[in-house]
Amino acid sequence: MLTKETGKLKIGESGDRALVMTREFNAPRKLLFDAWTKPELVKRWLAGPDGWTMTVCEIDLQVGGSYRYEWTHEKGNRMGMGGVYREIVPNELLTATEKFDESWYPGGAIVTTAFREGGGVTTVETTVTYDSKEARDGVLRSPMESGVALGYDRLEKLLAENFA
Amino acid sequence: MAQQLDTTFSALADPTRRAILARLVQGEASVQELAEPFAMSQPAISKHLRVLERAGLISRGRDAQRRPCRLEAQPLAEANEWLERYRECWEQNFQRLDALLEELKAQDGRGKAVKTRQKRRTHARR
Repeated sequence: MLTKETGKLKIGESGDRALVMTREFNAPRKLLFDAWTKPELVKRWLAGPDGWTMTVCEIDLQVGGSYRYEWTHEKGNRMGMGGVYREIVPNELLTATEKFDESWYPGGAIVTTAFREGGGVTTVETTVTYDSKEARDGVLRSPMESGVALGYDRLEKLLAENFA
Repeated sequence: MAQQLDTTFSALADPTRRAILARLVQGEASVQELAEPFAMSQPAISKHLRVLERAGLISRGRDAQRRPCRLEAQPLAEANEWLERYRECWEQNFQRLDALLEELKAQDGRGKAVKTRQKRRTHARR
């Protein structure tokens, strides 16, 4: 598995359509579940990269209920997404569909978030399974620079870090 | 591009293929040379090489006899860049969440302290 790890965040691929992201938090899982499901809390952290603010966060926390997120950039750009909850186990598990307004990729995704607590630390594992083969990559915001040749030094480091 | 990245990730999902790439970082090698460190037949290694070649992660020399394999860095760089971008965005979110959780824990603590004090007072009155 190709895994990128810096600090405590781990991201890797799983199968050919999914990404798995794992992060540990120094808090009980009830707080993490709240931070994921209470709009006033979600808005505080799910802001995205620098320059973006979460301007809309609506959550109808029930199976079949929908959620809606919107972000606004300081330069005026907007971005929105939403979905429907499919499974809710309080403090343990959330499964929801995910679809962006201006979809850069075909279809949507299913996002499963699992909260596991041990010794006061909660591990949050998020699995994003995209609808199609093309989609995982389609999340790309901007085209990658082509023709960027990696120095072999950097590549060696990369292999050592990712695959050791 | 989408398919390219997908192919790259699939090709990297196997430990033997990652080991082959790690070996090729040191320089080009023939199938025979690549097969040596593994308890695998040359045809089995060749199969892995075909996957890596299709993913554009390696290229094969023209020398009909030896056909040395060499590493092609570009697809790997793209796969890594993709993950890097994704990671950065989430790491920023999660750092904010860390701070928020500290705040919530402190609030929780204060809430509990107030309840305990109220309980004590109730008990004292009795």
